[in-house]
Amino acid sequence: MDNFTPLSGFAGGALIGLAASLLLLGVGRIAGISGVMEGIIKPGGERRDWRLAFLIGLPLGAILVAVPAPELLPHMEVNASWPLLAVSGLLVGFGARIANGCTSGHGVCGIPRMATRSIAATIFYFGSAAATVYVIRHLL
Amino acid sequence: MKPLISLLAGILFGLGLTISGMINPQKILNFLDFAAIPSGGWDPTLALVFVAALGVKFVAVRVMKQRETPLVGPKYHVPDNYGIDAELLLGSTLFGLGWGLAGFCPGPAISALAVATTQLADIAIFVGSMFAGILLAIFYKSSRPRGSGATI
Repeated sequence: MDNFTPLSGFAGGALIGLAASLLLLGVGRIAGISGVMEGIIKPGGERRDWRLAFLIGLPLGAILVAVPAPELLPHMEVNASWPLLAVSGLLVGFGARIANGCTSGHGVCGIPRMATRSIAATIFYFGSAAATVYVIRHLL
Repeated sequence: MKPLISLLAGILFGLGLTISGMINPQKILNFLDFAAIPSGGWDPTLALVFVAALGVKFVAVRVMKQRETPLVGPKYHVPDNYGIDAELLLGSTLFGLGWGLAGFCPGPAISALAVATTQLADIAIFVGSMFAGILLAIFYKSSRPRGSGATI
């Protein structure tokens, strides 16, 4: 198991859980990022203030690592071409909102609520993603 | 108060995504690549991230059930678990396809924008396309009336 980083993985995961918990118990909202994004750009959407604040926090959190502790920053490696990135982005955005949730909304927030929709969604997107990686890395 | 709490939550979320390495698409793809297990190339970190996040959130859900309202605001905006429909499964499949193609999903991509150097254009293209995809989904959904609580 190359590149396995259990300690930082676990710590980071706990922080993600804490963040989602704060949003739920603090303002009563689900930390589903695709949903937050949809709420911001939806015509006639309301209550944008908490959504914008949450979304702005995401890159700020990364900066909080980059500035004081750049050695903790993961080494970013993007191998996809621009057309592939565009197609990937379209699918991720469209698919997530058709399903009304993604890894954060259905995965992190939905499963602890034992929502069967979220459990089903998670099974399907993990399965689909794993199949995609298999085809790209081992078949093509 | 609400925007402040939300900002703090977003910051913690981005912090967690960064520290755990989830903003690096290779780390995601190396988890999804189960066929790499025999060769030792498999990276189970994402599973651990999920388990930790779920564990903490599970506690929060228990606390939520004990409290009538959130700290700020009149109610919890929690979606209806209205049943598994074709859109849920199709949407999830499409999302997974996109995720498996480049290793990015919404949260990590947005966090990565702030700390990417040579990859900034790549990530910006992904995020821009993601917004376009979301817009398409909005139009699609608006033409088909659905159950309550669908959009969170």
